[in-house]
Amino acid sequence: MKVYKTVRTALRTLRRNPLRAALTTLGIIIGVAAVIVMMEIGKGSSTAIKRTIATMGANNLLIHPGTAASGGVSFGAGSVMTLTPQDCDAILRECPSVRNAAPEVQARTQVIYGNRNWVPMSIIGTTPAYLEVRDWTNLAGGEMFTDRDVRNGSKVCVLGQTLVRELFSGESPLGKEMRVQNVSFKVIGVLKGKGANMMGRDQDDILLAPWTTIKSRVTGSPLTDVNQSSASSGSNTLSEVNTLNKLYPNARLNLYPLPSPTQAADTPLPVRFTNIDHILVSARSTDEIPLAIQQTTELLRERHRIQPQEPDDFNIRDMTEMSKTLSSTSMLMTNLLLSVALISLIVGGVGIMNIMLVSVTERTREIGLRMAVGAQARDILRQFLVEALVLCITGGIIGILVGCGGSYLVTLLLQWPTETSLAAICASVIVSGSVGIVFGFYPAWKASRLDPIEALHYE
Amino acid sequence: MQVIELRSIYKTYHLGEMSIPVLKGVSLSVTGREFVALMGASGSGKSTLMNILGCLDRPTSGAYWLEGQELSSLSADQRALMRNYKIGFVFQNFNLLPRTSALENVMLPLSYTAQNLSDREAQRRATNLLDRVGLNERFHHEPSQLSGGEQQRVAIARALINQPSLLLADEPTGNLDSTTSKEVLQFFQQLNQEDGITIILVTHDSGVAQHARRVIRISDGVIVDGDSPKGVLQTNGFSGNAVLAEGDLS
Repeated sequence: MKVYKTVRTALRTLRRNPLRAALTTLGIIIGVAAVIVMMEIGKGSSTAIKRTIATMGANNLLIHPGTAASGGVSFGAGSVMTLTPQDCDAILRECPSVRNAAPEVQARTQVIYGNRNWVPMSIIGTTPAYLEVRDWTNLAGGEMFTDRDVRNGSKVCVLGQTLVRELFSGESPLGKEMRVQNVSFKVIGVLKGKGANMMGRDQDDILLAPWTTIKSRVTGSPLTDVNQSSASSGSNTLSEVNTLNKLYPNARLNLYPLPSPTQAADTPLPVRFTNIDHILVSARSTDEIPLAIQQTTELLRERHRIQPQEPDDFNIRDMTEMSKTLSSTSMLMTNLLLSVALISLIVGGVGIMNIMLVSVTERTREIGLRMAVGAQARDILRQFLVEALVLCITGGIIGILVGCGGSYLVTLLLQWPTETSLAAICASVIVSGSVGIVFGFYPAWKASRLDPIEALHYE
Repeated sequence: MQVIELRSIYKTYHLGEMSIPVLKGVSLSVTGREFVALMGASGSGKSTLMNILGCLDRPTSGAYWLEGQELSSLSADQRALMRNYKIGFVFQNFNLLPRTSALENVMLPLSYTAQNLSDREAQRRATNLLDRVGLNERFHHEPSQLSGGEQQRVAIARALINQPSLLLADEPTGNLDSTTSKEVLQFFQQLNQEDGITIILVTHDSGVAQHARRVIRISDGVIVDGDSPKGVLQTNGFSGNAVLAEGDLS
């Protein structure tokens, strides 16, 4: 009953001076709305910047097959063929930190259309996932080939802008037949321009086709031929290439008896029917790159049956430079946002503080009168606390609406990216609310401690 | 029956190192149904005495009984309660809440009473009182729309809403012209005679004091004259007499 009465008194008092109530609420509204709009614009921009950098491939990992070495001579990355398309599937299936993975088979050869020819920088055989890994899913026209095309080894391809320009010069390439090393491909899609990469290499000078097609029809090694294991292929190459073999024999001694055919049948080694040049993997986020590397490493070691003390037969590269840029940018944005939010909160808080202090000090005589007619100190306190609460809640709600509406308008009219930030809403409401209550309450507390006589004669 | 009994009230204000004695041993008794004028020059201590009588302040020493209850030892909250139930205040500058209707101003003290009157009952009481002070048809006007006399009437109605036994008026006619002053003072007399409310009126104007039935003069913190003014007869029940201050006179 007492509470109800106090609330009614507070409401009546507020209604008595609508301008003062409106100004006080306005202080809170502006405080809350400013923080929300700033934070939402900031967060949207931050996400947009991060996404842009991520599009450049900052979250990507490149898995190369291992290095063959013999007698101290290393043959560099990719000199052994240890990666299979099944590895790629397994990575996607079993590594939780990996968003997507695509195999890559590369070729470098001439492409011909009509009376024009060109040697693209990269002819890549892959799966449809490739575009997702590289954040390139928006095509300029046509469509990407499908998983079915990959299974069938269909002769279809998707072209980059440079290639379209060089071969088709203004014509639409969609549906046209072109030749890649005497194999005729049908163009089913055109990629959007991506420009040069960080090293200045033209990324649009590209032809994408199902990896099965490139592997079997273009690089000239039909699937059935590639059933050699990495070890034998490595040593075969070595013995052919290394002319110093006779001087420095590197053949290992067989210390242990070779397994019998029965034993071999019991413990079958995986037979790799085919291999791929690289696996392109994208991590779920920049933070998860180390985790993705670790999971992929463990999985591949297990799949390739590598003993604990043996070195990996593959290499994983991450885009260290780019991911560093990305994480430092996002840290910078977070700090920027934090300082912007803090400053807005302080500005809003000072506004609320001022109007609260003024409005309560102005009412000292009213407090004196109320005490003279029998209000106890706690009646006064309660009334002012309830008034401050009502103002803060009203102001907070309107502030949230204004703030969200404002950032929506910004998105609508200026096309700036914004993002709803629950943390900003909570923080601004809590800070503005407590500032309003504290500074509405403090002068009232002081006044309630006053002598009623002094309060009555306050000018 | 004694409504007010003051025994050697001292009040000393401390301003840093200095202590300023304002009341120097005031003893006084007022019986029910009296209409007393408290007179004195400014600085004589009459306002301080008024504040102590009105429970707004407490004496440095001495005892104060209001209707037989000792008040000088009460806490601030208990004094607030006494102000609410037993004492009505009328101020020189009316002290009405701005932008609040006359009716709501009158009902203000009711929001601090423990007894829960229903809204309708509270309104009925306030309306009756406003009728009584002669503020017809202007219940919903705000103070700024009322004349000085009307504002003071609203203030009197507010002072009476809790049916107090003591009405304290501090220069109630100080801001009013002579005609309205007379009306207000006549209304005080009427209240005193018809309702038997004890009224203490603080003034420095002897013309105003003449409306009272007894005049107490205070000078330099002590009561110098507690007799009835000339031309005002003692009536039944009037027996009180200000006891001369005992303390600092020698």
